[in-house]
Amino acid sequence: MDNYIWLIPILPLAGFLINGLGRNSLSKSVIGAIGCLVVLASFGLSVAAFLQVKSTGKFEATMFDWFEIGFFKVQFSFLVDQLSSLMLLIITGVGFLIHLYSVGYMQNDEGFGKFFAYLNLFIFFMLLLVLGSNYLIMFIGWEGVGLCSYLLIGFWFTNPDYADAAKKAFVMNRIGDLGFIIGLFLIMNYFGSVTFADIFPKAASMQAGSVPFTLITILLFIGAVGKSAQIPLFTWLPDAMAGPTPVSALIHAATMVTAGVYMVARSNILFTLAPYTMTIIAVVGLATAVFAALIALSQTDIKKVLAYSTVSQLGYMFLGLGVGAYTGAFFHVLTHAFFKALLFLGAGSVIHAMSNEQDMRQMGGLKGKLKITFITMLIGTLAISGIPPFAGFFSKDEILAHTFAHSETMYVIGVITAMFTSFYMFRMLYLTFYGKFRGTAEQEHHVHESPASMTIPLIVLAVLSIVGGFIGIPEALGGHHWLEEWLKPVFAQSAPLLPDSHLSSSTEIALMCASVAGAVLALIYAYVRYVKNNHVPAADSEERPGLVSLSYHKFYIDEIYDFLIRKPLDALSVFFYKVVDLLVIDGFVNGLGKISVKTSKGLRLLQTGNVGFYIFMMVIGIIGVLLYSMFKI
Amino acid sequence: MDSFFKTVQSVPLNHYILLSAIIFSIGVIGVLIRRNAIIIFMSVELMLNAVNLLLTAFSVYRGDATGQVFVFFIMALAAAEVAVGLAIIVMIYRNTNSVDINVLNRLKW
Repeated sequence: MDNYIWLIPILPLAGFLINGLGRNSLSKSVIGAIGCLVVLASFGLSVAAFLQVKSTGKFEATMFDWFEIGFFKVQFSFLVDQLSSLMLLIITGVGFLIHLYSVGYMQNDEGFGKFFAYLNLFIFFMLLLVLGSNYLIMFIGWEGVGLCSYLLIGFWFTNPDYADAAKKAFVMNRIGDLGFIIGLFLIMNYFGSVTFADIFPKAASMQAGSVPFTLITILLFIGAVGKSAQIPLFTWLPDAMAGPTPVSALIHAATMVTAGVYMVARSNILFTLAPYTMTIIAVVGLATAVFAALIALSQTDIKKVLAYSTVSQLGYMFLGLGVGAYTGAFFHVLTHAFFKALLFLGAGSVIHAMSNEQDMRQMGGLKGKLKITFITMLIGTLAISGIPPFAGFFSKDEILAHTFAHSETMYVIGVITAMFTSFYMFRMLYLTFYGKFRGTAEQEHHVHESPASMTIPLIVLAVLSIVGGFIGIPEALGGHHWLEEWLKPVFAQSAPLLPDSHLSSSTEIALMCASVAGAVLALIYAYVRYVKNNHVPAADSEERPGLVSLSYHKFYIDEIYDFLIRKPLDALSVFFYKVVDLLVIDGFVNGLGKISVKTSKGLRLLQTGNVGFYIFMMVIGIIGVLLYSMFKI
Repeated sequence: MDSFFKTVQSVPLNHYILLSAIIFSIGVIGVLIRRNAIIIFMSVELMLNAVNLLLTAFSVYRGDATGQVFVFFIMALAAAEVAVGLAIIVMIYRNTNSVDINVLNRLKW
């Protein structure tokens, strides 16, 4: 297996090259087949890699020596361990389903070939990110997925809003990447290596809480904040919904945004040794979870609801990381990939059926017409709301249980957020599928279930959303938490350093009951409000009560950033343009020119053409020279 | 030869220097204030010969022949200069019908 591990990332790259070069000459079916098959083949190899890790443990495959500067040597090698093999399965597995879905979804789009080329390129970079056995290869993938995200958000770049959204995502990511790369330099400087296998054992033997650890981890966390859309860099993710829906599902829900979580989980020992950073992560994660959930409560665009819910769920993951529940956080990555991809694809199916209508106020009553979409989305909604026995319940409760052990206040906020989650997800479901149809007659006439290539991925993901949680049934419920056992080697070094967060079974069950009760309560409230009372969110023109308006307008975060960052920067650049460039620099350069022209104009008059005058000047000159040599003035 | 030296040395050196300076100044002033090219030319010769006189005087007083050799060089140079200079003046005269240097005021930018 070591010998052909490189095929896993190379296959999607090959797909990218073929589809990219042949985007105009190959037929759509060929492009779709190539795009899907390369990812499917990668998935097959990933399964093989997973089985090998299962039987013989982790392994490293070195491709070649990348470069060597003095004692600093970087190898291009891949690390397949318990963590990365699971990530491989998610990326290629969910990725394949989304590719399959895209065949149906993008069928009538002009940029079909381009789209598949980008998707394959994204899979390549994402695989590089998780496979790299050092931070440098991870960074290649890290930058690469950012690039693909930019390309895909701006896929319909003829619309200036979409192009702006792409730029926004790129810039926001870039801010985070700056933190990541500075952290990388500090690691190089401090450990003399970027390879995981060198850094982590060295780190494990060092003193916890020292300044370099705190600095490195905070910088790495800034990288994660950018990539995983946490406060304060989260605003790009909702805007990223400008891209085609499969992209939202693949990049902005299932894989890329979890790269930050993966990176923190991968560097868990560094973070464990920096308690300050852990506290920051937990607080930022929790704040993001609540904040995004509050915004999601009143959104009317179906994809915006899902986008904010993604931000909120990512907040949960970081909360989990921050309280030391690495397994729980990664578990949530896994289940979230299933149900969020499912929800996005379902939303895509709805949008497809509604002739590209995304406003939930125009939907309603789609339950009967889109049966498969409805059932699968219901499953996804139940999963994200944390209703047992669906996948989200297990992962979310593991995080919440660890949070409870860490701080009870945080736990309460976490449960309230879970209630919000349940409420806005069911609100979305009810508004979309229940009640009466609110769109135009033409739209109603057009409503149809999506083709098989779109519904099959929905069904597979729905099944995964149901059973996905069973790999981590907590001991309190009689399971033995397979995932925790599986990931133990990855987190082995940090496990003894973390405070014991083991709760008694009865406490754990009580906590679960509390959060489930909260979720059900929110669900019922949403039912009463949106189904029984047929409440429909107000039109944009209507006045909203204060708090609702605040939530609807996303707490004016974009406007605040605009005011605090963009405006001063604009003013500064105007200052530099008008004062520094035009006055100082141009003034200096033009001034030199003017001075030389003026003096030459004056000196020119000395040349009268009168020979007598010339001779006179010559004599004066000679006398001057004589006087000088005599007196050395 | 001794009698020649004695004759020369019978006049004090200061007198030679003074005479040379006077002749040189006459030459300079002639160059500066006259407009006729030929007169200017002659004034230049005057300056050259003032220097020659000074050189021979020093040569005799120091008992060193180098100065007199130098004078021969200067004379040869002056002869060559006169040949070229007069030729130029003749050409100027042919072109402008005048040897007034104020007519030659086209040497400017």
